[in-house]
Amino acid sequence: MSSPSLSRSGIERRALGAGLLAVVLARPARADRPGLREAVLGFTGGAEPAEAGVTLDIPPLVENGNTVPVTIAVESPMTDAEHVLRIALFNERNPQPHVVTARLGPRAGRARLSTRMRLATSQRLVAVAEMSDGSFRAANADVIVTLAACVEG
Amino acid sequence: MARVLINLPRTARRGEVIEIRTLIQHVMETGYRPRADGSVAPRDIITHFACLYNNEEVFAAELAPAIAANPFLSFSLVAAESGILAFTWTGDNGFEQTETRSLTVT
Repeated sequence: MSSPSLSRSGIERRALGAGLLAVVLARPARADRPGLREAVLGFTGGAEPAEAGVTLDIPPLVENGNTVPVTIAVESPMTDAEHVLRIALFNERNPQPHVVTARLGPRAGRARLSTRMRLATSQRLVAVAEMSDGSFRAANADVIVTLAACVEG
Repeated sequence: MARVLINLPRTARRGEVIEIRTLIQHVMETGYRPRADGSVAPRDIITHFACLYNNEEVFAAELAPAIAANPFLSFSLVAAESGILAFTWTGDNGFEQTETRSLTVT
């Protein structure tokens, strides 16, 4: 009486195992994208950004990765002599490392940018700012995502 | 024409820093999402945004598929003189839309 249900649960277990294996095997398909560090160095032209003067504001725990508010602010007087030229945001584990690159200048008044982004999974984000004196500054943030973007059909 | 929301003050004092918030209706299809039949939906995103203040660029942004649907952008500018602000979004499949707003500086 009990043997058919036992064998069925065994089949279900095997199917579940095969499914998990398929997921594990399918994951490295996007490993060919450039890493976070390569993306940042590509933006800075090889210069190492200083970890100061940039605020990257994003919720540390995200319920829905489809739309996540993010704000980047850079400390700068935004005068003709000293201002921010570009602000870029990069991610670690989305299919592509680039999120947004903004071009601004002294007419912006404030070096501040807000947008909404997608997060494929829990990961680290890096915001990099290019200053008018040619230096680069950066800030990073770690985010935990419970419902990922880019998965639903 | 996609629906657009632009939020900015109508008037500002000279030299004041004003905040501008923009939102445009767009699917921002990433190019990675599978459809019901198993094929991958081709990429369809807005790639570029620019804000011109009396025909001079004050803010521009390059967007990647990692930007959420209905792209929202918020930035600021210095109210220097009365004039026209032109907002242009360009993207895949020949997408291009320009909206203008006037700003009075006192």
